[in-house]
Amino acid sequence: MTTMSDPPRADGFRVSKLINDTRYRSYTFQFIALVLLILGFGWLINNAINNPVLREAGIDFTFLQAPAGYDINQQPISYDSQDTHLRATIIGAINTLIVAFLACVTATILGVIAGVLRLSNNWIIKKLMAVYVELFRNIPVLIWIIIIFTVAANTFPPISEFRIPRDGSDPERGLLFGMFAATNQGVFIPRLDFAEQGWIIAAVALASVAGVFCWRAFARKELYEKGRELPVFWPSLLILILPVVIVNFALGSPVGIENPEMGRFRFEGGFLLRPSLISLWFALSVYTGAFIAENVRAGILAVSKGQTEAAAALGLRPGRIMSLVVLPQALRVIIPPLISQYLNITKNTSLAIAVGYMDLTGTLGGITLNQTGRALECILLLMLFYLTFSLAISAIMNIYNRSVALKER
Amino acid sequence: MKKSVFLGTVAAAGLAAVGASAQTLSDVQERGTLNCGVTTGVPGFAEPDADGVWQGFDVAVCRAVAAAVLGDPTAVTFVPTTGKTRFTALASGEIDVLARNTTWTFSRDTDLKFDFTGINYYDGQGFMVPASLGVSSATELDGATICIQTGTTTELNLADYFRVNNMSYEPVPIETGSESVQQYLAGACDVYTTDRSALAAQRAGFANPDDHVILPETISKEPLGPLVRHGDSEWFDIVKWTLNALIAAEEYGVTSENVEEMASAPTDNPEINRLLGTEGELGSMMGLENSWAKNAIAAVGNYGEVFDENIGDDTAIGLARGLNAQYTEGGLLYAPPFR
Repeated sequence: MTTMSDPPRADGFRVSKLINDTRYRSYTFQFIALVLLILGFGWLINNAINNPVLREAGIDFTFLQAPAGYDINQQPISYDSQDTHLRATIIGAINTLIVAFLACVTATILGVIAGVLRLSNNWIIKKLMAVYVELFRNIPVLIWIIIIFTVAANTFPPISEFRIPRDGSDPERGLLFGMFAATNQGVFIPRLDFAEQGWIIAAVALASVAGVFCWRAFARKELYEKGRELPVFWPSLLILILPVVIVNFALGSPVGIENPEMGRFRFEGGFLLRPSLISLWFALSVYTGAFIAENVRAGILAVSKGQTEAAAALGLRPGRIMSLVVLPQALRVIIPPLISQYLNITKNTSLAIAVGYMDLTGTLGGITLNQTGRALECILLLMLFYLTFSLAISAIMNIYNRSVALKER
Repeated sequence: MKKSVFLGTVAAAGLAAVGASAQTLSDVQERGTLNCGVTTGVPGFAEPDADGVWQGFDVAVCRAVAAAVLGDPTAVTFVPTTGKTRFTALASGEIDVLARNTTWTFSRDTDLKFDFTGINYYDGQGFMVPASLGVSSATELDGATICIQTGTTTELNLADYFRVNNMSYEPVPIETGSESVQQYLAGACDVYTTDRSALAAQRAGFANPDDHVILPETISKEPLGPLVRHGDSEWFDIVKWTLNALIAAEEYGVTSENVEEMASAPTDNPEINRLLGTEGELGSMMGLENSWAKNAIAAVGNYGEVFDENIGDDTAIGLARGLNAQYTEGGLLYAPPFR
């Protein structure tokens, strides 16, 4: 309002107006801020140019082609210590995306459940969820990562109890169902073992997924057109599992299950979920889940109470009111802050080094940087990678946001 | 960690004024203290004692340099560094000398633009395993889970050793030595690998040291020594010759107890006289007082004293002199002549 209260004056421009006149004052301050910003960056860049170490070494990315020389435990693509730093970097990037994806999924599930339950009429459940949210939201995620990692290393049974004693007697502990083992060196689970005709099974599995979507579309059509309600969950499950099992059996089991088996030191074969992945995944999920729960609660509260009451008046059950009336409208409020939570998860994965998870910061920003001494190059690349990841996630989520946003015509 | 590396880079850019030109000596003298990079804590090598005073084998190098340059062994600001932050700290000028069991390698000397001032401990990488594992040689470790301190040469040696011997292993990279030990003790890894001296030091701190064995194999050469920035030869000379002075002092029988007496009047050994400044002008050739070596020896003792006090047979760490004996005793320590 103050800007409007100054009547335009007839007299000309004076220098003092730059400070005293509200019409010019904002420009003055913006200009000062801009000059300071340019000077600040100029000073940093000038220092970098004049830095003796940098001047001698220069900026040079050829180190990426040199053999890395170190090993990485979690390898989504094949790698050995003779591969290049570039490949190690890519492995780190994939590992970052793996844990970010897993954590986003579980954080969303946890967050939605906790957010909905926090509005429950049941006092105990409501308070439990409040405790969860406040406890996890208000302690730094790095602390959670380390706590969970330490607890996992000290509470899971030591792998030595699974080892076959040297006298050949039975080990203290065996595999659960002959398939699973939770140890302090990680959780060992079975792995799918693809033989030659495995691709057929994969194709059948894909077709089954398509089949599930078809069934759901059909069920919806029946409901809307004929008012006949068809079951969705059990048939979907059947469509998903049955063809795969039958085809696998008919072809003579090209896709088998490879169970972990005890070797000299640890289980061989099967699949290993490392403690570093588990603790990072779990910590990021529960931490960010607490934030998402608050977003969900806010979104639900933003939906007018009249909507719920109207739906109840139409005879909808509480579960249906939530899934058909409230949540779809709440999503419009929930999605935008959810995007920032996903970005937070992705960026927080860089804390992985605390538990030795070999993410991008651990490989490129850690070992590669340290072994080659190319700090500036590595940090620049690191920034580029994280920027790309974040912008890509934003872009995808914004597309989704537009699809659920209120359509204004 | 990303943050600290980034800040380090910013610091590297920001402290450009420190550096290539030969002015570390005048900087230290103006400041009145020596900034010395050490580990975040390895028993016997660098660790604060109960009173918060840094003690150890590497710390003694810092104190000797401070005594030589400033005449006061307590005028040292100790900067704890991790395996990852140490080089940035040195390159940026945050520290004047890095005395942190750092292995002298070709690429660190040339590509990273540092200068190693000598070797104060000849080490090699070894393995420690729980005795209950029933392993007696590193060649039996195929498939084992191994804790390593990330960002060190041990990581590369390990990869090479297992590749050459056609064995596989599961690396568990960990940021600091003390965390690695905790993981090892919790059983999260079967094997802990690092320099043998550090293995012995850590093992000495265990509740039951006898439950753990250090395997006989030494898989690498790890010459550890202090290092400085490349390009400041005056400062390089000072750190190098301070270390040499401690080594020479042991050879000639100069100790922290008799150094005052020996320096008060020329002895009949001219080498000792030149070392302690009663003959010649060695100190002023480096821009220091002639009593520089005397001050250093008086502050921490000679090399043998430093070794015995911090990591020798009579300490909990209990390392034998081995390669780190004087050349006259069959070791590799050999200080060039003071002339």
